[in-house]
Amino acid sequence: MLEKAFYGSRSYYAWILFLLIVIGAGAGCYAYQLVDGLRITGMGRDISWGLYIAQLTFLVGVAASAVMVVIPYYLHNYKAFGKITVLGEFLAVSAVTMCGLFVIVDLGTPARAFNLILYPTPNSILFWDMIVLNMYLVLNIVIAWNVLSAERKSTPPPGWVKPLIYLSIPWAVSIHTVTAFLYAGLPGRHLWLTAILAVRFLGSAFAAGPSLLILLCLLVRKVSKFDPGREAIQSLAKIVTYALIASIFFVGLEFFTAYYSQVPGHIHSLEYLYFGLEGHAKLVPWMRISALLAIVALVFLVNPATRRNEKTLAVAAALTFISLWIEKGLGLVLAGFIPNPFEHITEYSPTAPELMITFAIYAIGLLILTVLYKVAISVKEEAA
Amino acid sequence: MMKSRRSFLKISGACLLGLGVKPVLNAFAQAERMEIAPNPNALRAGRWALVVDITKCRDDCTDCINACNRAHNIPDLGRTKEEVKWIWNESYEHAFPGVEHEFVEERVKHQPFMVLCNHCDNPPCVRVCPVQATWKREDGIVMMDFHRCIGCRCCMAACPYGSRSFNWTDPRPYIPEGRMNPDFPTRTKGVVEKCNFCVERLAKGLQPACVESCSSGVLTFGDLDDPNSEVRKVLGERYSIQRKPELGTRPRVYYIL
Amino acid sequence: MYDGGKIIAGLVIFLGVVTFPFWYTQANEEAIEKPQLLLPADETECVEPTAYMRASHMQMLNEWRDFVVREGQATYLSSTGKMYEMSLTRTCMKCHTSRQEFCNKCHAYSGVSTPYCWDCHVEPKESA
Repeated sequence: MLEKAFYGSRSYYAWILFLLIVIGAGAGCYAYQLVDGLRITGMGRDISWGLYIAQLTFLVGVAASAVMVVIPYYLHNYKAFGKITVLGEFLAVSAVTMCGLFVIVDLGTPARAFNLILYPTPNSILFWDMIVLNMYLVLNIVIAWNVLSAERKSTPPPGWVKPLIYLSIPWAVSIHTVTAFLYAGLPGRHLWLTAILAVRFLGSAFAAGPSLLILLCLLVRKVSKFDPGREAIQSLAKIVTYALIASIFFVGLEFFTAYYSQVPGHIHSLEYLYFGLEGHAKLVPWMRISALLAIVALVFLVNPATRRNEKTLAVAAALTFISLWIEKGLGLVLAGFIPNPFEHITEYSPTAPELMITFAIYAIGLLILTVLYKVAISVKEEAA
Repeated sequence: MMKSRRSFLKISGACLLGLGVKPVLNAFAQAERMEIAPNPNALRAGRWALVVDITKCRDDCTDCINACNRAHNIPDLGRTKEEVKWIWNESYEHAFPGVEHEFVEERVKHQPFMVLCNHCDNPPCVRVCPVQATWKREDGIVMMDFHRCIGCRCCMAACPYGSRSFNWTDPRPYIPEGRMNPDFPTRTKGVVEKCNFCVERLAKGLQPACVESCSSGVLTFGDLDDPNSEVRKVLGERYSIQRKPELGTRPRVYYIL
Repeated sequence: MYDGGKIIAGLVIFLGVVTFPFWYTQANEEAIEKPQLLLPADETECVEPTAYMRASHMQMLNEWRDFVVREGQATYLSSTGKMYEMSLTRTCMKCHTSRQEFCNKCHAYSGVSTPYCWDCHVEPKESA
């Protein structure tokens, strides 16, 4: 089926070429990072994880959100999602691949990455994260590819795929839970040390992932003859609505616990993020925009008229995605380090090479997504 | 065709299994080949600890920091975000956040506090390390293996004391001229490091470099498990505090104010 | 098989290129000079027999490293019953004083990349 990725229009090839150029530029910056070390990034002894690990965290959510189309279709036999489950799964494949790459570019000595396998350490969350992410990648590739091949041949998918699909459901939850545990189990990092971190992650993931899927569905309808269907898109919109409400609610819970208890450690990071701490406020505009976007998106989503109108729905989906990217792909990871264990404040900004490497990994993800969607859409156009 | 694919899969499976078995075989091979002898001079303890008597510490003195920097080839990167530190000074309010208050005795308020790895009895950094590059030795020292570290920096996020430094770049060019200690390795870029309670000196029967360098009697190093040890005596006689004891890490560096 | 001739020709060329290093060294065996290693002047015996050291020094160094760093054991009892400190710089390089004339030369000859020991471990003479 992969051969279908080689037949495309001029604009398809132009897009691929653009992605390859970005990837090339990022590879150059990564070579620079390999030679000179991670000093070329904006990270330091106080903020020791930056944009890379924040992207990992956000994208694990996007990957896990595939389960939001898999559950209705395979557990509840919701037919409208039949057309888009494969799109959800391919999105997961692309997102998990990016997660893996973000971990690797963040390693100080990537040449020793195999130590993770040579010295398995069950008490380490990163060890489990590696296992669940890789397994999730394999599950989604195997499932989506087999289901799509079967669709192409107009036969039902092989019987052994079904148990894998059922396995992929709790597995999706596990990848984001384990990723939350990377943070939620660390003493002394008050912003992260919260029992609801894993559900908070899942809440924002199930809003951000399906938002992206709505946008992709609308895009697919525009550029191809395959229509994911109005009903499927509307159902996704409802999922995004509920998940976004949950996500905002969870952030509210964090605010209550911190500000009602008045425990300084719990207040500091939230203070830094939304109001500024001791004159340091680099992330405040970002976080306020994030909050504003979330509220605007929620208004658009809750109101039936604007939710049903696909133009305003597209806007709401984009706002949701951007808002949650800021909240999780920027604020949550960075502010965990602010203030530092000595209650000194160091701020962080990514450097140009760091941004370029980040863009390049997103470009790799988009390239994988483009190729897989091209294959899926070609098959679906043929079948139609 | 089917048959050959089958056998291919079988062979692949066997190969994978072989890879899994290899470490076990290696262990046997090692046991057969290598022999080691205990070092009679080494200092031993059940649980090493350090007591810092801040009342004896002189404000302008940095002897312990200098001695440590020399002993361990610590690069001088200036006060940059990439700084590497094993021992350094913090003020009271920063060393003990949450404990300070505005009416604290002037002497304490302006007194530099030497801070370092606490060699926790229950170290979070060890818990999170995915490759066992850091672990707690039987004598309580939280040790680093620079050869094993992959530089994921989980330990830096996990350490509630900010005691861990990462080598954001190759440190060697930043080791001051003529200060290289050939007996201790420098580090490579991309690994984490921290105070090791001078295990390399204890193995030779020497006290840690900081303790040896201190002429004011601020530092007492010894075995908590030995009721007659100097540290137990000091701790038994004077009131001491630890950094962030509420986190359950059980630090092994005690401060007497 | 379509284009059988081309495929076979391609395979032959591919195999030729892949195995080129073997042919090349076979043909030039005389021309490649054996490395002249600088051997210790006042010591005739290594910690283990030469043959063992030549074949297994890398495993031994790994094991020494693990014993010293991970087990906190620093003394090695050799098969000849002698005790040595397990230290690259203080034991190995006490005799094999020159990394360039000993380690690097042989590694270059065998086409094994120079190990990164000295990225961290300080060569004794460097410190003088």
